[in-house]
Amino acid sequence: MTNFRKSGRGGVDRSKPISFNFDGKVYQGFEGDTVASALLASGNQLMGRSFKYHRPRGVVGAGSEEPNALISVDRGKGRVTPNVRATTQEIYEDLKCESQNRAPNLKFDLGAFNNVFSMFFPAGFYNKTFLWPKSFWDMVYEPFIRNLAGLGPAPDAADPDVYASSYGHCETLIIGAGPAGIAAALAASKKDGRVILVDEQSQMGGSLKSTPELEIEGQRAEDWLTKSLKALEKSENVTLMTRTTAIGYFHDNYVALAERKTHHVPAAAIGKIREELHRIRAGKVILAQGGIERPLVFNGNDRPGVMLASAAQTYLGQYGVAIGNEVALFTSHDQAYQAAFDLADANIRIPVIIDVRDNVREDLVAGCEQRGIELMTGSTVSKTSGKLRIKSLEVFTAKTDGKRTINCDALIMSGGWTPSLHLWSHSKGGIKWNDSLAAYVPDVANENAVCIGACNGDFGVAAALNAGHKTGGGRKTYATNEIDFGTGVVLNAMPNYIADTKQKAFVDFQNDVTEMDIKLAVREGFKSIEHVKRYTTNGMATDQGKTSNLNALEIASKAVGKPIEKVGLTTFRPPYTPTTFGTLVGYRDGELFDPTRKTPIDPWAEKQGAVFEPVGIWRRAWYFPKDGEDMHQAVARECKATRDSLGIFDASTLGKIEVVGPDATKFMNLMYSTSWTSLKPGGCRYGLMLREDGYIYDDGVVARMAEDRYHVTTTSGGAPRVYRHMEDYLQTEFPHLDVWLTSTTEQWAVIAINGPNARKLIEPFIEGIDLSPEAFPHMAVREGKICGVETRLFRVSFTGELGFEINVPSHYGRAVWEALFEEGQKYDICPYGTETMHVLRAEKGFIIVGQDTDGTVTPHDAGMSWAVAKKKKDFVGMRSLRRPDLIMEGRKQLVGLLTEDPKTVLEEGAQIVMDPNQPRPMDMLGHVTSSYWSESLGRSVAMALVRDGFNLMDTEICVPMPNENITAKIVKPIFYDPKGERLNVV
Amino acid sequence: MFQIYCPYCGEKRDEIEFAHAGEAHYVRPNAKEQAAMSDEEWSRYMFIRDNVRGDTAERWWHQHGCNMFFNAIRNTVTDKIVMTYKMGEPRPSEAKIEAARKAQS
Repeated sequence: MTNFRKSGRGGVDRSKPISFNFDGKVYQGFEGDTVASALLASGNQLMGRSFKYHRPRGVVGAGSEEPNALISVDRGKGRVTPNVRATTQEIYEDLKCESQNRAPNLKFDLGAFNNVFSMFFPAGFYNKTFLWPKSFWDMVYEPFIRNLAGLGPAPDAADPDVYASSYGHCETLIIGAGPAGIAAALAASKKDGRVILVDEQSQMGGSLKSTPELEIEGQRAEDWLTKSLKALEKSENVTLMTRTTAIGYFHDNYVALAERKTHHVPAAAIGKIREELHRIRAGKVILAQGGIERPLVFNGNDRPGVMLASAAQTYLGQYGVAIGNEVALFTSHDQAYQAAFDLADANIRIPVIIDVRDNVREDLVAGCEQRGIELMTGSTVSKTSGKLRIKSLEVFTAKTDGKRTINCDALIMSGGWTPSLHLWSHSKGGIKWNDSLAAYVPDVANENAVCIGACNGDFGVAAALNAGHKTGGGRKTYATNEIDFGTGVVLNAMPNYIADTKQKAFVDFQNDVTEMDIKLAVREGFKSIEHVKRYTTNGMATDQGKTSNLNALEIASKAVGKPIEKVGLTTFRPPYTPTTFGTLVGYRDGELFDPTRKTPIDPWAEKQGAVFEPVGIWRRAWYFPKDGEDMHQAVARECKATRDSLGIFDASTLGKIEVVGPDATKFMNLMYSTSWTSLKPGGCRYGLMLREDGYIYDDGVVARMAEDRYHVTTTSGGAPRVYRHMEDYLQTEFPHLDVWLTSTTEQWAVIAINGPNARKLIEPFIEGIDLSPEAFPHMAVREGKICGVETRLFRVSFTGELGFEINVPSHYGRAVWEALFEEGQKYDICPYGTETMHVLRAEKGFIIVGQDTDGTVTPHDAGMSWAVAKKKKDFVGMRSLRRPDLIMEGRKQLVGLLTEDPKTVLEEGAQIVMDPNQPRPMDMLGHVTSSYWSESLGRSVAMALVRDGFNLMDTEICVPMPNENITAKIVKPIFYDPKGERLNVV
Repeated sequence: MFQIYCPYCGEKRDEIEFAHAGEAHYVRPNAKEQAAMSDEEWSRYMFIRDNVRGDTAERWWHQHGCNMFFNAIRNTVTDKIVMTYKMGEPRPSEAKIEAARKAQS
């Protein structure tokens, strides 16, 4: 194995060797290395295969912008992270990682046949090819595309790692700890106010780490950096955060930071927090994100060993790694000479510098001469060769039509620099085109934010330091010995004697988009850059086009024939780099995903072995299985026991709102379609609530406790929205009414007692209430005591049986329940759950809002015109009930269904048609809303919304299912005790 | 996430405490007016909103705070809340909105 490590260079710790595993082979590196730098040190350029053509690829960059070198990091079951950049993954002992997009291995990849046939895979290939025949979609096309789609392996197990989240605040948040960010932090640290400085890399310093030999203020850059960071560490008002990426910038300086806490430590750290999401609210945000070097778009620019000039500089300066022994430079910009000179000064041979420009600045020419580097101006690279790594390149000089082959084992390139506007754009800061930089730069800020240094278009270390210092409130000017940043050119076309169609000039390496693809898109009529992007997929890979967007824009603008600033820039969206779901979820996983609301009686139900179901965010007892019963058997037993003798049900989840005040009745009359004027204190009435558009919104029994006091109940899931609806109208439309609203859902536990023995059960426990039918009729409420506890006792029934709903203060709920349950043994009392409650109410045709209605059902549609007061002058929804569409004949109406075969239970949600033999698409009449087995009736019952249902009584309809057509008859939706006699058992 | 100044609490609080409640200043017609309204007029009140590009007046509810509804001027282009005011107060004049915008930047 060749060693490309340069002695005396780089900041890795050579006393701490580390071995790791890449594609099953063991490699050596040092503490401080990334996977990419360690592989390069071993002479390994090949790190991945491309997405579409499976072309062999090496690293292009040295940071998070890397498009090619994507790896999967394997830490065991459920802990495989795909699409990690090899350039950002630090190595640790026994790190196990793999390359992606290849089968069976990286050097020999079967998928590479796509590359051979690449002329058949132009932009929009899938859109054009897979159109017909239609029947091919399921069987042929979709499996084919699925097989090709996706980058890296999807996880096959739940993520067992722990993630954290936190909030933070500061006066100044500085993003990016390069020269600009550090200078800003140094200046800000001397003033009042908290400063947070974040950097996505393991060590702060940015470009200074790549150029340790540069002189700042007469010191080596490395020394200046060490000193500055020490000073910042000592400042009490400064927090330094490394391995932390600012992934999104939101309203009012709210910035999301993703910190990778244990990505760089051995697998033994399992169980420790893996990542933490910090939400920071900052007074001022200083963006010092730097810039990203642009690749040149030329034939063969994706061969392993071809990378950005600045990346080569970083591998040498930060990691002490020579990317090759013979490194050529191809550039259109002055700044890249610095990289070539740095490499030459480290005794790496630079066989040639190829500059597209005819004239090059004198000091650069002199620099080449001084180092014995051949400089070829007015020239381009016309092709490269080498199978898994570049071996040679061909230089083409258009003026002389000269072609020359030059051997090299690496080629560095530079098309100039692009300021990183990502976070600035998240903050909706304006941008403007800068011709001399050939790039967009920040314009007007939309938040209290500023861009400094390279991300503001102020390139060079001195410029960055000065900008940072000034932003932090300083007045000093820094001096360095770097070469002048200079200028570059953007060519109209890269001169080449090889025909366009025979070239492979990549723009977006990760999504395999070539210059040809972009030109083709424009030829095919895509003029907007947003359309070109989507058609070619340029910039849509996991790197979001960090290296490719501007090149694509330039190519498109030339093809469209419009200046670049008229073509516009595609939108930057968070996150800045791919972010794990774990980071976004943080602690809110499993039981902490959503709070579970439990009633006071819930622990009792749990002890009884109840099966629970979620209802909104409530957890409710679903049924109480006995002796190995399944749900069907348990529910049948619970229904029978309740109808025969006695059932007990926890109804504590009912929403409750106390409506109080001199104008309470006026307010209730406005909020409900029901009339309350005639309801006397001590009475209950069913209330129907509509939205202003006339549709049913909620329902529930309302008790009038006093002249000025109502105890309102709502559906279990509807309580919050009903409360909001009431508050909204009270505060904004009816502020003249003197009414107070209080949510009392949590204040009352509710125990529903149903069945012929209901009265007998509660009688011995009641004080102060005459329970006789004459004194306490159906739909009445009384206050008194039960088990010595104050109660609001409702005589109501959601089952059709004699029923009471006992409201007691929540903390007495379980005690009262247990007392009643014990006494109830005399009557074979049966606790039942929500499923039995649903069956019993469906047998009676009582609706569940949200199940039998869907937001487009009027009271009339639901067969409940009786619940709409005729004499009221106004209530919410009243005017809308007269809208032509709402009084139209033939609307969907709520009816009952009885299947021809009584044993058949329809499926809820099933569609209803008249004739199952009609041609498709069939005319759908409606759907089944509720359907159950009724043990009491010995047959199935169902409710359905059916078009013109009221006029179709006794008509046979059909419910087509995958294996059969079920015939059913439309009936009135009341199946059990239609006269309601059972309510009145004595 | 916005920071929103609640005119009742007199404090700037995080958006997570608030709920958006649609465009402001659509006054519900009273019973008499409703009776006189054509279906066309009623549907305009019910369903048609300005949805402007620029400054819009909208309702917010301080749900997890003081429980009060109030109005805000938000610019739909910059997505910035320029100012807030109490329920029942008229929409501020252009001059007032501009002044608030200036004070903000």
